[in-house]
Order: sequence, then structure tokens, then C-alpha cells
Amino acid sequence: MPALIDVILEGRRVDAHRPWPRAVVDAEVWRFAVDQLAEGHWSLLALWGETAAVHMALLDEGVGDIGVVSLECPDNKFPSVGQRHPPAIRLERAIRDLFGLEPEGATDTRPWLDHGHWGLRYPLGSKPTVPAENFSYDFLTAEGESLHQIPVGPVHAGTIEPGHFRFTATGETVVRLEERLGYTHKGIEGLMTGASLDRATKLAGRTSGDSTVAYALAFARAVEAAFGVEVPQRAIWLRALMAEVERLANHFGDIGGICNDAAFALMHAHCGILRELVLRTADSAFGHRLMMDRVIPGGLATDIAMDGADQLRVLVEKIRHRFPALVTLYDNTTSLQDRTVGTGIVTPALARKFAAGGYVGRASGRLFDARRALGYAPYGELTFEVPVREEGDVDARVWIRIHEIEQSLSMVEQILDRLPGGAVYTALNTKGLGTAREGMALVEGFRGDILAWVRIGEDNKVARCHLRDPSWLQWPLIEAAIEDNIVADFPLCNKSFNCSYSGHDL
Amino acid sequence: MLLVLMLAPLLTGFIRKVKARMLRRRGAPVTQPYRDLLRLLRKEVVLAENASWLFRAAPYLIFAATWVAAALVPTFATGLLFSWSADLIAIVALLGSARFFLALAGLDVGTSFGGIGSSREVMIASLAEPAMIMVVFTIALIAGSTQLSSVASFMMSSEVGLRVSLGLALIALVMVALAENARIPVDNPATHLELTMVHEAMVLEYSGRHLAVIEAASSLKLLLYISLIASVFAPWGLAQAGQGPAAYAFGIAIYAGKLAAGGFLLALFETAIAKMRVFRVPEFLGAALMLALLATLLMFVTRSL
Repeated sequence: MPALIDVILEGRRVDAHRPWPRAVVDAEVWRFAVDQLAEGHWSLLALWGETAAVHMALLDEGVGDIGVVSLECPDNKFPSVGQRHPPAIRLERAIRDLFGLEPEGATDTRPWLDHGHWGLRYPLGSKPTVPAENFSYDFLTAEGESLHQIPVGPVHAGTIEPGHFRFTATGETVVRLEERLGYTHKGIEGLMTGASLDRATKLAGRTSGDSTVAYALAFARAVEAAFGVEVPQRAIWLRALMAEVERLANHFGDIGGICNDAAFALMHAHCGILRELVLRTADSAFGHRLMMDRVIPGGLATDIAMDGADQLRVLVEKIRHRFPALVTLYDNTTSLQDRTVGTGIVTPALARKFAAGGYVGRASGRLFDARRALGYAPYGELTFEVPVREEGDVDARVWIRIHEIEQSLSMVEQILDRLPGGAVYTALNTKGLGTAREGMALVEGFRGDILAWVRIGEDNKVARCHLRDPSWLQWPLIEAAIEDNIVADFPLCNKSFNCSYSGHDL
Repeated sequence: MLLVLMLAPLLTGFIRKVKARMLRRRGAPVTQPYRDLLRLLRKEVVLAENASWLFRAAPYLIFAATWVAAALVPTFATGLLFSWSADLIAIVALLGSARFFLALAGLDVGTSFGGIGSSREVMIASLAEPAMIMVVFTIALIAGSTQLSSVASFMMSSEVGLRVSLGLALIALVMVALAENARIPVDNPATHLELTMVHEAMVLEYSGRHLAVIEAASSLKLLLYISLIASVFAPWGLAQAGQGPAAYAFGIAIYAGKLAAGGFLLALFETAIAKMRVFRVPEFLGAALMLALLATLLMFVTRSL
């Protein structure tokens, strides 16, 4: 088995790409990379298109190598990845919808993000066309006696994002679930193209609002890599602080939400209080409840408030005081355990195949955390554990969150103890290298690793930016997890994944 | 009869309030269900295109059946207006037919949620009803009557004593009551998740006055069950027929206290427990059925237990 770097060396290296190598390869090497994916030697991080090229980010988990291979497709075709490696299917369908690049040999040729309402096809491709008159979408079929279909959504009863779920069930047991997403398509990729860095940063922070810090951080790190700029130490540590506070808030919300879906409102109420505490502290420390628009390329927009560190210490103290009782409550409520244990199991093999990040992967034995695996600053200097479980059920995903909350609390304290002084912003050197620059970053958001890839043109505007939400690789796993479970357990499963609709729909 | 109708939404509001306070929320005022009913009554009815006459008639049938059933349960005094005409078995039958129409209405429009709701409801009912009947048998065997008024009078007398079978019947009846009223752990009355609903799934298609009438019927049913449990197992303070206004006033006060206690216990129970997996419900109700059956058997084997 050749190393990833050898494959990269076979192609034409793109010098402007940082920090990991990118190479333009030919179709043969592309196919070879696909084979390696299909055989499970490498993991697929991302697959995205451009007007006349496709890029594939690969991860060699054994040695922790990351590389990007690119294939130019002058005749708007590229060899399908999804044909051999199923996790790529939806990514390919999205590429086709947006850029009109045809994956050759693809098994699923239905559109994905395009629902026939855009007024044109392939909006970002070389030649956008007028859509066909009659747009239709066929769901996959399931055959057999006494099967019935239950369409759910896209509009749901709660205040949640839209997505359509098509269940085929026999009685109460789910035989097949098919998702249909794309209802919150905002055209992020189109808006990004040609945007100034300021505007692009805002857009990145709004791709999925609940992980705005992680997205802004991923984008900022990619841009900084492209410009080769050194961010002040204080900014680096404060960014990590915000990322951990964001993780705390979201994990509290999730744990409460999961319990509430099992009609155990008590946990929901208490976790709601904790989440609100975190958000309010974030507001007074950083000036925004979700800390939106704080992280910018080059550092931070604002420093932490004067008493921000003290407030955060008080917050950690409060959570340490209250949270263990909730964990005990969760663990000791048999009626709740009865619902979560053994429900919605994702097998470790599947998690590995889809390279599922975050709690979904770690609850199914995939020990990957971008903070640990890549050790980007300042995580290399912090002490923390990455919790991992093998069960892969709803209960395991709850426990991963519980342990991550504990780890994040400890990290917040470590960061506050060691927070360096100095400035929080360095201006980017935008005065011309005269060539395009490319940067890439992988950042651990609360859901999992967010990948940002950006190309900055000579005019210092964004020429192309791709943001890959962790949910791209987690959504398909719900379909597998719910199989053979009962219909009434779906909300519970879904909440335990808590995938992003917005981040996925772009 | 009017009293139960007026009180029912208050009880629902009270339970919601207690639950909210237990979650340290402020909660809506206890009169909120009245406002909801008024609001729904003023709204127009949106009917599905393929809804048949059954869909439109069902809410009124359900409401009427439930109301009549509720009127047959002694609240604060024995010697009811209608007690000559119907007994416990009639109450079960009335509630059964109300459910039958509700399940039909859920199926009528042909949406998948209605279908799921109806199928689950029928599954639950097929176990809850026999358990209920068994409880009725036990009580009737002990009291020598199926008339609730006379059962209550008998229970108040000194002949009853402590009986194992009555205890079993009480537990079984409480379990049936939880299932019948779509409470946690069988169903969640506050859920917004269509896929987990039972009762709510069947009434998803209803709106306006139809929904108001159905909501009123569910409130009535809850009141009915609490009254039933109270009058059979805790009949103290019931005014006897023909006693003076003072006794009636006393009876009303005691009755209000019983309702509040029942509501409070229900809220407490619901806060402390999560909802069951759908396929656990038959086991839960099967246990109720077995308990009720055991109670009846005990009665046959030995008259004194």
C-alpha cells in the first residue's frame, strides 16, 4: 500500500497550496485513489467541484497524512468516486447539481441539492442551462408484502430545520429510510465566489449558525494558511476558548434534546438552564451569545472582555457543581436508559468507512478528533482525552457528549490559566504576490471535523471556497442506524446525531 | 353534568401547571385550556378534501359519549341523575365507542400519521379494555353491584375492610387510566414529534371547533378516570343522595381536593419517567390485565380477600 504522499508526487504539485500538498493528477491516479478509498486504506475527507475540475481531500488515518488530489475535467466528466466508495455519492450529486460535472459510472444520477426551483441548472458551471420542464424525484423503492410508506417533512412540527424523510415500514419496523435534503440551500458557494475576505468570513460564519465559531475558525485558518500569516498567540488561545465554549453550549442543548425526545422533560429543563448560562457568559465575555463574527482571518475582531476570564471561571464552577447530578439522573433513570441503550446502532465498520467525525464516529469506535490528530494550536499544548466508545447506539452518543463536556471544562480552565498577553490581530499581507493562493484547514466543531478549502485570487477576493460540514458524512449513517428500529424511535436517533441541515445544504 | 364539563379543562390546566413548576418553568395559567378551547371554537374548520361525513361527525360523537360517561361517575355525591340508567359496564362501552370513532376518524383522511396513530391506539385499547373490564368485575363482585353510586356507598361502609384484590384492581385501573388518557409513559401529550404520537396523531387533521370538541373530550376523559378512581377507592366525603346543601358543599370541597391530589400525583409521575418504547406498551398493559385478572380470581377463590 503506497503512502498518500507518493500519489501526490505522481501528479503535478500545486505550490500555492498550504499547509497540505495538492496535486493535479490524471484519471488513472484518480481511479487508484478511489480504489484505496474503497479498500478502506484511506478516508474521504471531502469531494468538491469547480468550473472544470474536481478535488478530493484524502486522509491517511494510520500516519495522519492529508492530501488533495485534483482532476481536471475539460469535457465536464470525471470518474465516479461514489460508484466504488458510497460515502461520496451525495457529494457527487451536489457537484453535478452545482457545476454540471458528470460523474462517470455513478449509480445514483438523481439530483441532490437542486429541487428544480432555481430557474437554471448548473448555476456555478461553465454553461448554466435552462431546467427541464418537468422535474421529478423518485425515491428508492422497497418491495414486499405489507410495506407502507410514511412521508415526514420537510416542514416539521417543532422549530427545527427542514428535511424530508421517507420511511418504508412494515407495521412499526422501519425497512428503509431515505433522506431528502437541500431545502435550506442558500448558495453559499456561489455567494463566496468573488466575495471580499470580510464578506466571505461572515458567510462562512453563517453556514451553520450553531457552529459559527468552528466555521469561522476553519475559514480563517484556511485563509491564514494561504497567506502564510502568523496569528498572535493570544488570538490562537482565545479562539480555542470560544470553540470550547461553543461545544459546551451545543452539547448541553443536545443532551437535553435527546432526553426530551424520550419525553423526559426534566433533563431538558436542566440542560436548558446550563446552556443558557453558557450563552449568557459568552455574551458578556465576547459580546455575542453565539460568538458570531468574532473569529476573522488574522486573529480576532475583539478581545475578551475585561472580566471575561473571571466570568468563565465562575461558569465552569457552576457547571461542575450542577452537571454531575444530571449525569447521575440520566444514568439512573431506567425508563430513559431503556429508550437509549441499543437504539440506532451505527457499526464501527460503517463509521470508519464514512469517516464519520465527532460524537457519531467516536461513539462507534472511530478515534478521530482533529484537535488531537492534527494537534493544531493550541491543542498540542493542552491536556485532554478523546473519549471513544464501541457501542454506537444513542446511549453511547450521549456519553461521548457527557465526556466531551468534562474535557471542554478542563480545557477552558487550562486556557484561562495560560492565556498569553499581547495583540489579537495581525493584518494580512494583501499586497500582491501576484498569484492565486490556496489554503485548507480542518477544525473540530462540536459535530465533528469541518473542512475549509479556499483559493484567493490575485485581487485578494475569494476565487473559490468550499466548506464541508461534518454532517455530509453523518447523514447517510442515520439511514443505516434506523434500519430495523421502530418508527417511533426515529426522533430519538435523529436527535442523537443532530446533523446540520444548513451546513449540509450549503 | 355541567360541573364535570366546567371542571375538566381546569384539571388539565392544573396538571400542566404543576408539571411546569416541577421543571422550574413558570407555566401557563391554569385557565389556559379554557382560552384554548374558546380560541379553537372561534376558528374556522379546515377539512381535508377527501374527508367523509364520518370525519365531521366523529368529534361530536366522541364528545357526547365521553360526556355521558363522565356524567355516570359520582363526583361529590352519590345518587346521580342518570345512575338508574347505566352502570360501570356502560361507561366502559361508551368510552370504547368514543375510541372506535376516533380511530375511524384517524383513518378516514388517509394520512400516514392518522393511520399510525389509529393502529397504535387500537393496539393499546385491545389490551386496556379487557383489563378495565376485569377491574369492573372485581369491583362488582365485591360490592355486589355495577352501579357506581351503590359501589361508592358500599365502599364507604364498614363491610369492605382491606382486600388484596382491591389493591390489585387499583393498580390495574391506574395503569389503564394512564394508557387511556395518553399520558407518559404510554403517550406524550405535549410532544411535537409526529412519529411518536398516538392520540395526537389521530387528531392531527382536526382544526377549529372539531379540535376544540375533541380536546374537551380528552379533558373530560381524564377527569372521568380520576373521579372514577376517587369514587371507588377513596369515596370518603361523598354526599349521600337526599342530604342537605351543607353535605353537598362539603362533598364538592372534598372532591376538588381529590382531583388536585390526583392531578398532582399524575404530574409527579410524568416528570419522573420517560416514555416507553411503543412495543413495551403491550407488556405494560399486559401487566395491568394480569393484575386485574388476578384480582378477579382471588375473589372467586376466596370471598374474603
